[in-house]
Amino acid sequence: MNYEITLLTTMAISVIFALSLNLITGFCGQISLGHAAFQGVGAYAAAMLAKAGWPFFATLPVAMLLAGALGVVVGMASLRVREDFLAITTMGVVFLFVGVVRQQDWLGGELGLSAIPDHGLGKTGFMGVTLLACVAVALLSIHIRRTWMGRVFNGIAEDEDTMRVLGIDVPRYKLAAFAIGTALAGLSGAFYAYHLQFIGAENFGFIESITVLSMVVFGGIGSVAWVLIAAALLSALPAWFQVIGDYKLLVYGGLLFVMMRFSPGGMAALARRLFNPMATREGKS
Amino acid sequence: MLFIELIAQGLVQGSIYALIALGLTLVYGLLRILHVAHAALFTLGAYVGVLVCNASGSLAVAFVCAAVVAGIAGVLMYRLAYQPLLSQPPFVALIASIGLYIAAEEAFRIVFGAQGLSFTQPSLQGQVTLGGLQFKQAELMVMIGTVAIIAVLAWLQSRTRVGVACQATVSDPQMAESFGISLRQVRDINFFIGSALAGFAGVWVALLNNLVEPTMGSVPSYKALAIIVLGGLGSVPGTLAAALVLGVVEAFGTIYLGQLLDRNAIAFAFLIAVLMVRPQGLFARR
Repeated sequence: MNYEITLLTTMAISVIFALSLNLITGFCGQISLGHAAFQGVGAYAAAMLAKAGWPFFATLPVAMLLAGALGVVVGMASLRVREDFLAITTMGVVFLFVGVVRQQDWLGGELGLSAIPDHGLGKTGFMGVTLLACVAVALLSIHIRRTWMGRVFNGIAEDEDTMRVLGIDVPRYKLAAFAIGTALAGLSGAFYAYHLQFIGAENFGFIESITVLSMVVFGGIGSVAWVLIAAALLSALPAWFQVIGDYKLLVYGGLLFVMMRFSPGGMAALARRLFNPMATREGKS
Repeated sequence: MLFIELIAQGLVQGSIYALIALGLTLVYGLLRILHVAHAALFTLGAYVGVLVCNASGSLAVAFVCAAVVAGIAGVLMYRLAYQPLLSQPPFVALIASIGLYIAAEEAFRIVFGAQGLSFTQPSLQGQVTLGGLQFKQAELMVMIGTVAIIAVLAWLQSRTRVGVACQATVSDPQMAESFGISLRQVRDINFFIGSALAGFAGVWVALLNNLVEPTMGSVPSYKALAIIVLGGLGSVPGTLAAALVLGVVEAFGTIYLGQLLDRNAIAFAFLIAVLMVRPQGLFARR
């Protein structure tokens, strides 16, 4: 049972993380290659506060707040630069995060933070909390889609300039997407810190940012249900097939490439094609 | 004295960045793709260089083989990976490219082992004193080689039919095509030259460190992206200048900011700072 509980907790944390990126990249169309930095901020915030004696539930809002605050700052960058330039800027953010944290002795420096205090909920209780949070984030995503804000996000993703012409305050909505998305990434980071009880800067580097992006892309950018499924599958993959543990990155990279090459819409598009072959054929011709 | 030394170090590093980033810029100018997997060709070139040099004993043969193999691999990569994705939004190709790079890095690790390879008889390792500064022979050769290659490229671009065809294609593909330029050939040539340069740079880095590892491409690949963005995406002279500037900024940064940030963080802090002031890059004309 112990193993399943750990696995489910890991999956729940990954799903929260992936859905948080889906809000920014999927809904609002702002590509981010540095999302792990925000998870890192949340994880470090929770870990430091826990070590200072704060109770588990008190650290969560602070972790979200700090990650969200940094998210707004990076979001401001998205107002200055677009598309390829934004991708590279967010990539810079994650390298900057790792580089800065590594040099700070009060954050554990190269060694990272270990012996993070227990959450005091027991393994099953903690799993319950992460799963609940996971469901809440999924519901929140679906809800956002249906609101006015979600529609504006969609509009920005489709055609930013038209939205501006329509008189929509695009910067405000972009910042909102970054704030919500990065705060949720901070939440997943706090769970991550409590789950592993050890964190280092390299847990939140570029590779992790790509991993979470691959989950979103694999599922199908923007689709809540498919991103949830993809994140759950991909995070569990290495645990299920011990054989590929060593080849994890090869499989990740390969899957990412093959999916983009043959189905840029991810699993969501594959499923659509499978269940409704006529529609796509018509759409293509 | 430290001042001049740092500038010299920065220029050596900058020359290598320039060799890698030039290929990326050629690809970006032509296809608007951020070609992360370019660094896989850099690593491939380094491995080919070391293996050929150890087998044949000739460094010149190693350079030629590395450049040719990387160049061919680059053309294949374009045909198999990018060509079908050109009609998709740009992030599709970017993510495909990242996937390709990650897979390639792991493939190098599985095929050649994680601990890396070295030259059995490393050449060009002697010290040279020039104007009171100590250089490795290889370091001087990198700078001279980079200047020579860039001069040759500039000449090819402006003075030969093929070069002019490439320029025409970059500025207006449709117009170029209607004048009878084969887009397919131009793209193949660009990928070949850019990738060959990456392979060439790989051998230089292998010589400088006397070590080839599977992960040697990861830092240059991300940094080369930073450089072409700094240089204003797609501009060859801009890329060149940005590469040298970044090399020098890093050299100074590691001395004066080393307590606060590591080398990569300095490079990206510089990148972000520049982009916030000039979102179109340092040297873009706009």
